[in-house]
Amino acid sequence: MSKAFIGGTGMTSFGSFPDRTGRDMFAEAGLAALDDAGLAPEDVDEVFYGNFVGTLAENQGHQGPLAAEALGTTAPSRRVESACASSGLAIRDAVRAVRTGESDVVVAGGMERMSNMGTAGATDGLARAADDLFEVRSGVTFPAAYALLARAYFAEYGGDRTDLAHIAVKNHENALVNDHAHLQQEITVDDALEAPEIASPFGLYDACPISDGAAAVVLVSPAYAAEHSFDAGVAITGSGHGGDTMGVQDRRSLAKTPATRDAAEEAYDDAGIDPTDVGLAEVHDCFTIAEVLALEGLGLYSHGEAIGAARRGETRRDGALPVNLSGGLKAKGHPVGATGAAQVAAIRALLEGTHPRADAVGDDVTVGLAHNAGGTVASATVHVLEVAT
Amino acid sequence: MTATQETGYDEFLDALEAGEGYYAECSNGHGTLPPRRVCPHCGDRELETVPLAPTGEIVTYTTVSVPTPAFDDDAPYVTAIASFGPVRLTGIVRNAGEDDLEIGREVTVTIEPTETTDERTIAFEP
Repeated sequence: MSKAFIGGTGMTSFGSFPDRTGRDMFAEAGLAALDDAGLAPEDVDEVFYGNFVGTLAENQGHQGPLAAEALGTTAPSRRVESACASSGLAIRDAVRAVRTGESDVVVAGGMERMSNMGTAGATDGLARAADDLFEVRSGVTFPAAYALLARAYFAEYGGDRTDLAHIAVKNHENALVNDHAHLQQEITVDDALEAPEIASPFGLYDACPISDGAAAVVLVSPAYAAEHSFDAGVAITGSGHGGDTMGVQDRRSLAKTPATRDAAEEAYDDAGIDPTDVGLAEVHDCFTIAEVLALEGLGLYSHGEAIGAARRGETRRDGALPVNLSGGLKAKGHPVGATGAAQVAAIRALLEGTHPRADAVGDDVTVGLAHNAGGTVASATVHVLEVAT
Repeated sequence: MTATQETGYDEFLDALEAGEGYYAECSNGHGTLPPRRVCPHCGDRELETVPLAPTGEIVTYTTVSVPTPAFDDDAPYVTAIASFGPVRLTGIVRNAGEDDLEIGREVTVTIEPTETTDERTIAFEP
């Protein structure tokens, strides 16, 4: 299939900015992406804007036009909502738009503002990604939902809290040089193991923080790129989207994520690659176990093998397959609706050599993956990014 | 919490409360919970109402220390998923802490009010 060229990327710092409006954060990220691409608001044909709880957090529906006008355009726009996969889906829709030639220049991204809701409010908001009737009313919080998966995984394949702690330590370490990261804080395995429990077997460091922030990507169609001699170093060459039942209780296996598997197979097939071609990945590590489930669903590890990957050093920045060099959701932060776009921005910068952790990417690496998951992986997107020239 | 009625779900809780739980089974043997018009796993529309087994087995569980506001006074509490054959339920475990539980532990299902809001929840008892 044809390439969707990445013209530019932009993001705010991720962190706790309770007083910043969503529209202002998205403006910062989107205008930075347009500047990076050397394009102007009037060049934009469509805006795809990912956001999860804005209706609750900012008392604001119909956010698409608000996001577009924040970038200085009244181009057609839409808000894409798929919980934590909202901007992964926004990017997927944008990739389709430029590949079909329906649009030449699009902005895809997202924003989340959550810290203004407080911990209790944000916990309540995030729980909306689970089934209200059969999960939330039975006491399931979002950390609890992944904790249920973690215990089921341990029972099926083995592994323990120390394995998970190594994932947290790795991703915190990766974020130390990322000035956009929410948490630039080195932690030890003991810190993670001794942290207060939030939902057993998870302690505080098994969970990503509650973050605010925005990210955006400018995509350019092949025709526009050719016509304007557009110099894009990286393109999205494969896109995939998978689904599953909403509630964890209805999954055939509680230790596997078929939505990720399906999204990955579609994306690999689309790009004409296989998992052995992948040299680095940003995967959806909202909780430490989520990184394990992602790596196995992506086919980068066999089932039962990824739990020890960080502990063995394989996914660390000096390992064979660096994972979440940005710090991941775990340490870079997880402003829900911005995460998928921020992952694509990170992979692009890592492949182009402009990311502060680019020194961990081997010279022979030309293929990176961005994996974004919604809810307890009831939806997942995978994008394959490749060096374009 | 809201006083909104949820047709299908409310009747299901009534039935669990009366010890007459049920689920829907499609002609391919998949179990699912109401309200359903079609099997979410295979699209089959031939759904039959089948009595829920009197006991289930815990398949996974967690102790929640940081709750949503609706469970503020309940925390910490244990939430579990229990298997009742072709269908699983998620509920709060009563009269047992995490140390008393293990995967495979047999439980019965009932309905209990929460301490925080007095809303009905699905509950398991070892």
